[in-house]
Amino acid sequence: MVFKIPDITYNGKIREIKLGKEDNTLTVGGETAYPFYHFEYEMPTLPRIAMEVWDCSPDDWPEAAIEPFADVINDSVAWAKKCIANYGAEMIALQLISTDPGGINRSADEAAKIVKKVADAITVPLIVWGTANHEKDSEVLRKIAESCAGENLIIGPVEEGNYRRIGAAAIGYHHAVASSSPIDVNLAKQLNILLGNLGVPDDLILIDPTVSGIGYGIEYSYSVMERIRMAGLTQQDDRLQFPIICNIAKEVWKTKEVHMANDEFNMGNARKRGILMEAISAMVLLLAGGNILVMRHPEAIKLIRETVAELTGSTK
Amino acid sequence: MPLTGIEIFKLLPKTNCGECGVPTCLAFAMSLAGGKAELTSCPYVSEEAKTQLMEASAPAITPVTIGVSDRAFKIGNDTVMFRHEKTFVNPPALAILITDTMNDSEIDARLERFKLQYERIGVTLRAEMIAIRDDSGDAEKFESIVTKVKQNSDGNIILMSNNPDVMATGLKACANRRPLIYAITEDNLDQMVKLARDYSCPIVAKATNLEGLSELTTKLTKLGIKDIVLDSGARTPSQTFKDQILIRNAALKNKFRPLGFPTIVLPCEMTDNPMKEAVFASIFIAKYSGIIVLSDFQGESLFPLLLERLNIFTDPQRPLATTEGIYEIGGPDENSPVLITTNFSLTYFLISGEIETSRIPSYLLIMDTEGLSVLTAWAAGKFNSDTIVPFIKKTNITEKIKHRKLIIPGYIAAESGGIEEALPGWEVLVGPREGANIPAYLKIWDK
Repeated sequence: MVFKIPDITYNGKIREIKLGKEDNTLTVGGETAYPFYHFEYEMPTLPRIAMEVWDCSPDDWPEAAIEPFADVINDSVAWAKKCIANYGAEMIALQLISTDPGGINRSADEAAKIVKKVADAITVPLIVWGTANHEKDSEVLRKIAESCAGENLIIGPVEEGNYRRIGAAAIGYHHAVASSSPIDVNLAKQLNILLGNLGVPDDLILIDPTVSGIGYGIEYSYSVMERIRMAGLTQQDDRLQFPIICNIAKEVWKTKEVHMANDEFNMGNARKRGILMEAISAMVLLLAGGNILVMRHPEAIKLIRETVAELTGSTK
Repeated sequence: MPLTGIEIFKLLPKTNCGECGVPTCLAFAMSLAGGKAELTSCPYVSEEAKTQLMEASAPAITPVTIGVSDRAFKIGNDTVMFRHEKTFVNPPALAILITDTMNDSEIDARLERFKLQYERIGVTLRAEMIAIRDDSGDAEKFESIVTKVKQNSDGNIILMSNNPDVMATGLKACANRRPLIYAITEDNLDQMVKLARDYSCPIVAKATNLEGLSELTTKLTKLGIKDIVLDSGARTPSQTFKDQILIRNAALKNKFRPLGFPTIVLPCEMTDNPMKEAVFASIFIAKYSGIIVLSDFQGESLFPLLLERLNIFTDPQRPLATTEGIYEIGGPDENSPVLITTNFSLTYFLISGEIETSRIPSYLLIMDTEGLSVLTAWAAGKFNSDTIVPFIKKTNITEKIKHRKLIIPGYIAAESGGIEEALPGWEVLVGPREGANIPAYLKIWDK
């Protein structure tokens, strides 16, 4: 018997989507094979990393995550700029933590002002993420869509409970949406159909499958993402052929393991542990088909960038 | 690669005699295909058909047992490319590297770090193997290190040397542990095969590409060597990733026997940066390796890798469950809130994490719902007032609290009346539907 490379029958393609402002766009998706199977087909775009910025000063981050941003952590604009200038961020993800009705509960108007400021200060694509509170997100994200007309934002999460209100605003002011469903391939597909019926153009839809980190159910996200990719690439399911966005950083950095002290429970150096919990979670999601990762720690980001370069680079 | 029911049916006598216990040969064939019946139940199947069915039912990826007694484990035997198609079966073993040029204190420290272990939902997470590499070319030195490792650790051993003479002394020193021989190549084939036979140990077949590897394992199989682990020779993440995928795909899809064995990968030879090495290793946990050799173990990298491995190799067909009981989070007192949820592990992790985030000390009551999540358990009748009320009584939570308030998940709001009726004096509060909203909810409680 002679070794022959087994072939996989692909018949679909992930939609290529252009994100960001006119003369500064970034393309995601476009792949025609499983993640990093570059020996079969080209991966026309590499996975992108959006660096996370909060709209308020975080009070529950471990030291390791605060340290790189300590000088800008009270100023979303300076924070976003630092991500780009110092860490080469190719996208920014602004988390609207302060709008949480159970927290600071900032109004839609205030939130819109902050987003506008950040959008004006940067040229890279901007993701704006709510708090997954249907009512509040509808209000806040609609307002932002309007006041940031022309910025071509990516707004999310857009869920079954509020897709009409946010979707309509996205269509009206031309922003992309993160179609968000709770770790279920059928619900993901259904929401994409609904968004399509509402009139959201296909080139403005990203899938947010809902992700969690290692130790906290990442296997569910992993398999749902693999099923989404399989449906899109081998079963011609055009309602699942959208790039996938993974808002992973805040899931990892809230776990108890990243908050434990050095050597607590034999878990070694706290800083490195946090970085690796984030980097390994991110790597797992990339293997499952993630196109955009929202990440936090510059060193975790560097590790992922270099690993992606290694995986897609030299050997064809 | 298993045959389909129809393919099996063609080989059966088609008499529909029913002596196997099912009425028709077709039904029996379907049971066979589903692994629910044994071929021996059919008294009339021909010898020829038996041989054919046996061959076809041999695992596409040969299972290989490494080590002896209670530390022994299996690699290989996986049947799918994607875990949702069935489940991944045998998780890759993690190995720590020791070389015979390291000094005693370094080796002692590594043997100590090899013992690192972690408890999680009743499972102990730890590494399995110690790889001992001959860097000196000195057989005596190698032997003394192997002896030291054997005496001081119960870990399974990989002996790494291309030199059959050095390998022979190492094998002699730890033969009763049934170490893994690394590696047979085209160059040392005859001598290494003899050693593998003499000591009946599993071996790694190493080549420089998949074609060469296929030729090598074909030779080994002909020589009667069965316990084979594959090293394609790749030492970059890109080439290794490619080889892992092609090997598994060739074995499963093309039924290509020469590559139907578990693999070994060596992130320890891919980079000098331990953080990067951990990320590389994380790729091969998800993508198909059987053994992963790391340059060293540190808690900060070993723990995340073990967690990832636990997750990826969780059977997607069977939910993981947490033990029923009262979980005290953040040191609660007699006035602290009491929340209840199901014992689906993911539910438990999310909810306990959110309560921790809230920094409001609380009691979390975990009820045994056979590992089902809140909505599924409720729909299945395992998480409603009829089951919750006896559970609350059984926990004796009232001995710990002064108040009588119970917070239930928003998704089972409909049960609140039923619970209050059956638990006089209690007030049932309907909590949020999503765990993410628990911190906000508990802050209101605090006020």
